Amino acid sequence: MFSVMPDQAVSLRGLRKSFGSVDAVAGVDLDIADGEFFAMLGPSGSGKTTVLRMIAGFESPTAGTVELGGRDVTRLAPFERDVNTVFQDYALFPHMSVLENVEYGLRVKKVARAARRERALEALASVRLEGFGQRRPAQLSGGQRQRVALARALVNRPRVLLLDEPLGALDLKLREEMQVELKAIQREVGITFLFVTHDQEEALTMSDRVAVFNQGRIEQVGTPAEIYERPATAFVAGFVGTSNLISGEAARAVLGKEGTFSVRPEKLRLVVGDGATAGPEEHSAAGTVSEVVYAGPATRFVVELDAGGRLIALQQNLQVSSMDVTGLRGSRVLLVWHRQHEFAIADAPLPEPARS
Amino acid sequence: MNLSRTARALLRIALALGLGVIYVPLAVVLLNSFNSDRTFGWPPSGLTFQWWRSAWNSTGVRDALWTSIQAGLGATAIALLLGTMAAFAVQRYRFFGRDTVSLLIVLPIALPGIVTGIALSNTFHTVLGVPLGLLTVIVGHATFCVVTVYNNVLARLRRMGRGLEEASADLGADTFTTFRLVTFPMLRSALLAGGLLAFALSFDEIIVTTFTSGAGVRTLPIWIFENLFRPNQAPVVNVVAAALIVFSVVPIYLAQRLSGEAQTH
Repeated sequence: MFSVMPDQAVSLRGLRKSFGSVDAVAGVDLDIADGEFFAMLGPSGSGKTTVLRMIAGFESPTAGTVELGGRDVTRLAPFERDVNTVFQDYALFPHMSVLENVEYGLRVKKVARAARRERALEALASVRLEGFGQRRPAQLSGGQRQRVALARALVNRPRVLLLDEPLGALDLKLREEMQVELKAIQREVGITFLFVTHDQEEALTMSDRVAVFNQGRIEQVGTPAEIYERPATAFVAGFVGTSNLISGEAARAVLGKEGTFSVRPEKLRLVVGDGATAGPEEHSAAGTVSEVVYAGPATRFVVELDAGGRLIALQQNLQVSSMDVTGLRGSRVLLVWHRQHEFAIADAPLPEPARS
Repeated sequence: MNLSRTARALLRIALALGLGVIYVPLAVVLLNSFNSDRTFGWPPSGLTFQWWRSAWNSTGVRDALWTSIQAGLGATAIALLLGTMAAFAVQRYRFFGRDTVSLLIVLPIALPGIVTGIALSNTFHTVLGVPLGLLTVIVGHATFCVVTVYNNVLARLRRMGRGLEEASADLGADTFTTFRLVTFPMLRSALLAGGLLAFALSFDEIIVTTFTSGAGVRTLPIWIFENLFRPNQAPVVNVVAAALIVFSVVPIYLAQRLSGEAQTH
């Protein structure tokens, strides 16, 4: 029954960082396995970037340890750590050509000129930027700069690649392209990717596992499906996707249970009219449509429940058009869902981060 | 913003007047250096290169020029070193009295030269017992030359942020390598601009120089001042003044272009 733990690329133990009296990071424990594509997700100010900067070595922790590949690097300088970073603003050296930028890490590690040129050209090719080596960063578009930053970090074959909001500065179209591309590159090079994002969709689509940060702590760690389908706390339910919470009076009336429960909007089936009833394994709640938001492939219905509270139901626009659905505003409806899709979540108020 | 026709005309006149007040007299100096009339009768009675020739051959002028260049280079070197270090300290580190230090570094450029002059002269003379000479002139000039380098480097560091240096450290470069390959190249044009301004400041300084140069050390401005009221030397003085106008344009022009370039990055 003993299984060998996979090697840990990153291990954080009791990591804290205080700026004055504010705890930016209030005790984080985290293990990231070799080869994982791992996302740290959270709103701005939740401490995720500070954790990243402590792993890179730009900030030293107030308490706790950082281990890379089993080695304690807590007190080491950035240049003594086997990690490389793709910065949010890319931080390309403006006075160097693209090739010189990519070569930089190898140059300062005294790799012979011919060898480093070859590896740099290879890295540029892997991000589809052949032929751009002689340009200056200022002559590149945002997406190209982003790929140069990626090549500059990957060429060093670090143990862990850190990415700080890597796609934040790109427009939507490019961002979606780069999401796919980053994933492909990661699979190809097999390096552990640890990236920070405030975009829940990005975290869900790209990563093997996600840690959701709030107020300097981790609320939940899990696969995207676990995080989305089984949010552990009200914060996770709300931050990842739309939180549909049923609590208090409504929970007693609709579910016959005490506590707070979450049902994702797409799990709800909307039945128009008063006559419908739920199946044996189903729960249902009657209400009135107060708002209809047509969004192309799907429509969001905001339903005020008779029992109190409101739920949002997402329905595919399989056969209807915007004309049909907007007419439903004010209609009586029944929301129906399977019991397995409702989850109890910890509704106790979150502990405030400790003040030092 | 759109201005009315009258406002535009008035502003143009104001600009022309303002620039005229500054540059017409300078043009007169330049013209007079070719005026064949020894007393600068106006309009010039004829063109001559005689005064330029005699200025070129004057050992007084040559010695003074060489002294000025030495003083300028010396003061600029000190300013580059101290100004850069001070800018790093103030921009990169938090320490007790940081704002005060910043103020104290910038203050000398606003202090009346005569105060700086007397203060330095007294200190050199009576407190330190250092004989006045070229060295004391260099130190005197450096007190205010530091400011131009300090301000330029400070502004550049502020704009640069820490991102590039962090990227360099992240890629494996130690602190010294990062300075050599990233920080210094990024500062180069700011250093050049600050250095040129420092040199220009030192080159035309007269008050502090008067108090710190002692006997025998004569910078170009001092030489001009001494010969100003000798009727014989008037045309040569005028030539020196004309030459200085031309020479001053170069470093200021370069300094402006360098800071302009850095801004468009």
